[in-house]
Amino acid sequence: MRHLLGTEGLDVDIATAVLDTADELKRTLLGREVRKLPTLRGRTVVSLFYENSTRTRVSFEIAGKWMSADVVNVSASSSSVGKGESLRDTALTLAAAGADCVVVRHPASGAAHRLAGWLEDNGTSVVNAGDGTHEHPTQALLDAATLRERLGGLAGRRVAIVGDVLHSRVARSNVHLLTTLGAEVVLIAPPTLLPVGVGAWPVTVSHDLDAELPAVDAVMMLRVQAERMHGGFFPSAREYSIAYGLSEARQRLLSEHAVVLHPGPMLRGMEIASSVADAASAAITEQVRNGVHVRMAVLYHLLAGDNTAGAADAATATRTHGGEA
Amino acid sequence: MSEILITGARLYGTGDPVDVLVADGHIAEIAAVGATAAPKSARLLRAQGRVLLPGFVDLHTHLREPGREDTETIETGSAAAALGGYTAVFAMANTDPVADNAVVVEHVWRRGREVGLVDVHPVGAVTVGLAGERLAELGTMAKSAAGVRMFSDDGHCVSDPLLMRRALEYSTALDVVVAQHAEEPRLTVGAQAHEGERASRLGYAGWPSSAEETIVARDCLLARHAGARLHVCHVSTSGTVDVLSWAKELGTDVSAEVTPHHLLLTDERLATYDPVNKVNPPLRAERDVLALRRALADGVLDCVATDHAPHAPQDKDSEWAAARPGMLGLQTALSIVVETMLRPGLLDWRGVARVMSERPAEIAGLPDQGRPLAQGEPANLVLVDPDAEWTVRGGELASIAANTPYEGMRLPAVVSATLLRGRLTSLEGKIV
Repeated sequence: MRHLLGTEGLDVDIATAVLDTADELKRTLLGREVRKLPTLRGRTVVSLFYENSTRTRVSFEIAGKWMSADVVNVSASSSSVGKGESLRDTALTLAAAGADCVVVRHPASGAAHRLAGWLEDNGTSVVNAGDGTHEHPTQALLDAATLRERLGGLAGRRVAIVGDVLHSRVARSNVHLLTTLGAEVVLIAPPTLLPVGVGAWPVTVSHDLDAELPAVDAVMMLRVQAERMHGGFFPSAREYSIAYGLSEARQRLLSEHAVVLHPGPMLRGMEIASSVADAASAAITEQVRNGVHVRMAVLYHLLAGDNTAGAADAATATRTHGGEA
Repeated sequence: MSEILITGARLYGTGDPVDVLVADGHIAEIAAVGATAAPKSARLLRAQGRVLLPGFVDLHTHLREPGREDTETIETGSAAAALGGYTAVFAMANTDPVADNAVVVEHVWRRGREVGLVDVHPVGAVTVGLAGERLAELGTMAKSAAGVRMFSDDGHCVSDPLLMRRALEYSTALDVVVAQHAEEPRLTVGAQAHEGERASRLGYAGWPSSAEETIVARDCLLARHAGARLHVCHVSTSGTVDVLSWAKELGTDVSAEVTPHHLLLTDERLATYDPVNKVNPPLRAERDVLALRRALADGVLDCVATDHAPHAPQDKDSEWAAARPGMLGLQTALSIVVETMLRPGLLDWRGVARVMSERPAEIAGLPDQGRPLAQGEPANLVLVDPDAEWTVRGGELASIAANTPYEGMRLPAVVSATLLRGRLTSLEGKIV
């Protein structure tokens, strides 16, 4: 794997290998006082964020540091980007300065792909940490890791993705990855928050959350992205909450084993009731925890792993180095 | 002026090989091969196997001068036009400063004359500064030395229906045409690509077909109400074709153009993420492309216009959202028309002349362009080698910019020569 730009077209073996590596890393680090592996010592990871982010940026930073990579954070507001430098020139600068991997978040869909194209001759890997309304592959991988952990596997499982699908890169990445891993996906949203042409996606579509909840193994709530909305996509927050919010009453419709996910940040009370978000069925903090291990696994496969290496090799490598930490 | 004898050319209407004698800027004689009484001093242009047509007329060119001479100048744009077989181009008003007054349009017109490779007709802005708020001085521009024949805010839609009504009404006193960039701005806020499954999957905000179609329908009704001449720029959807067909059946004085890229390329190109494919209106779905081809063949769409839009590398080599829309078109237009219309049998060479020469000249009211090849007619001509092929290299085109989506593509048909009022402007791929 040279880059991780999206989950669309991501090979099932590679996706599984990353998830297995994440599992192995999690087990390896469990209960350790010093959570540090030397696996990426000497490698430089630059996180280049053009949008505000807490959990994704911190998660990548911790992942890199736990792998002993040198992690450099660049935010658009405090770099030459603020002086008008183009994305291309910024990318080439980072590559020339010695970045082995650039983790990029950008408001433009396709920005990570462009970056990968410009860095093709530099040997620098690119990880898409969210591009516009396109993809957020590590979020989908951490969601899959969490669901595997809770449900024991994804094949044949039914996952509902609820809310602002139109503006959600999380939803797009999850649709690709979950279906690749054998799950069924149902998208539940008002028609105004569903993408045009969604009928061609490998999903079913519903506008009735109550009708779908009893039959799902997991429900993934999405953030309503008011900052991307140019007009009334629904009449009011109250009406949205009534129709598409995960209330306590709705939680009771779920089967006992069903898992509740949210990529965060949450609009409590509107998208999800506080009590639901904090309930045992919710895996929201686990998502964040697993995010670190998944991102460690991604960095491992990009920077340390042989492209043909599977999870076993990665785990071996981490175990081997584990004692040195 | 010296004479030129074009020998053995195939006339676009009949395909018959003839000799054509050009003298004093006009066609002096058309006769069977070897039968022309050409003077010995006449320059001989051997044209066996080549098709002779009226010079092409482009109703939609961006020459970028004044303001963005780093991307194109009237000189380089004129060269691209001559090499593409054009003898007249209409330079859009979205320059810097905007061509919304007599000073700017006269400057463009004069520079075009000084360069002398193609007739450069400035398009005047409909509204001051293209701002869509108040009418520009259409009458002053029409009566200026530039003799503006067409007005457009291209790049922006005159979206206020009352202002559009006034523009159409006012234009009737000037015998000019109002050309609309049909895009309802409220429906395209943030739009980056054709609204459809592909854009949805790739996370690009969609530019819905209805944003074009609603404006075209509205403007056709307004033009009918005002008794004015409306021209629709760069039609891109099958729904617009339906609207135009309906409006024309009602007798509306409306004409419409389609670009070569909308005849060939689809939104499949989105998957490249390369903004060289970003245009406005965007590349549409295959069903739209097929509908546009049929509409051009049956006359619902009147003509081909390039929307030649040069851009600097930094304005294209970026993330998609940051890139400017537009692509080069003057030197590739004929080849794309041959590829999409002539080769599949939708048009013959007579049809090519209709959509690239005759109808655009009629729409703009040019008396000396797009004329039939007959004795006494102005010698604005293009000679095409229909059997030759060429490979597109953006860096080798005459434009300063190189933003072509056809980079490396092998295309049919080569412009062998272009004559402007009897004078060679391009010959075998070189400016004369």
